[in-house]
Amino acid sequence: MNWNSWSEFFSMGGYGFYVWGSYLVSVICIAGEIWLLSNRWRTLQKSLGQRVESTIREKKNEATS
Amino acid sequence: MSINWYKYASPASFYFLAGKMIWYFSIAAAVLLIAGLYIGFFVAPTDFQQGEAYRIIFIHVPVAWMSMFLYVVMAFWAGIGLAFNTRLSSMVATAIAPTGAMFTFLALWTGAWWGKPMWGAWWVWDARLTSELILLFLYIGFMSLQAAIDDPRRADKAGAIIALVGVVNIPIIYFSVQWWNTLHQGASVSITQSPKMATAMLAGMLIMSLAAWMYSIAMILKRTRAIILERERHTTWVAELKGTKR
Repeated sequence: MNWNSWSEFFSMGGYGFYVWGSYLVSVICIAGEIWLLSNRWRTLQKSLGQRVESTIREKKNEATS
Repeated sequence: MSINWYKYASPASFYFLAGKMIWYFSIAAAVLLIAGLYIGFFVAPTDFQQGEAYRIIFIHVPVAWMSMFLYVVMAFWAGIGLAFNTRLSSMVATAIAPTGAMFTFLALWTGAWWGKPMWGAWWVWDARLTSELILLFLYIGFMSLQAAIDDPRRADKAGAIIALVGVVNIPIIYFSVQWWNTLHQGASVSITQSPKMATAMLAGMLIMSLAAWMYSIAMILKRTRAIILERERHTTWVAELKGTKR
């Protein structure tokens, strides 16, 4: 084990700013990509669902009229 | 055993196969990430030259490897799409670009945050750093070119040309530390030499690289599925998805 306490862990032997600066931005980028992609997916599912429903409705209307 | 591989060249069958596989790759990525970070921060010893600052290696090297590797894979599929006119290959190439660009940005970013304490500079116009910056511009160029063209098949072809021309940059990045006198250190891992670092350091780095691989595959599969739906929304098989689990 390299660390005797949490404060020692966070200070990273005086390089904490640089080590955590790199890891924090990496986490933000990865989380951001996951978020953007799942947003794109949700929007797509919604619009597809609506489109399919509206075509079904149109077909019903054609059949009844 | 005869598997009809051509079956999976069809976007519809790929769509279902990818949907099942995304979960496996995501779980593998999460498990490897936790293991890699644990080894990187708690098992790997302090570096005798760089102190604790070297721990940036566990993110820097995997993302830098992925940034180069994904570009080659992107150019490969874009080239296949261009040569054989296969829709799915071009869609995969388009799906790779954002993940590759993100890894390139992270390679530059983590490199800067490592360079500052070690070299005293956030950035130098060094061969390795400059060629990696060009890689970021190539990814951005590929994405903006495709976004600027309305017809997806024409966008695929134009993107393939930029991707294939840009491949020349990959060996330049990789060998830049040998060809030019650079500030950047040489390769950390090489096939011909035994590793220059402690086993735990090497293990942490390799496990983090595997995590980056699994993550990339999961993201690319997911994005390819989205692109398939966007492009094939007027086909009957997409319309039939309604009501089924997707």
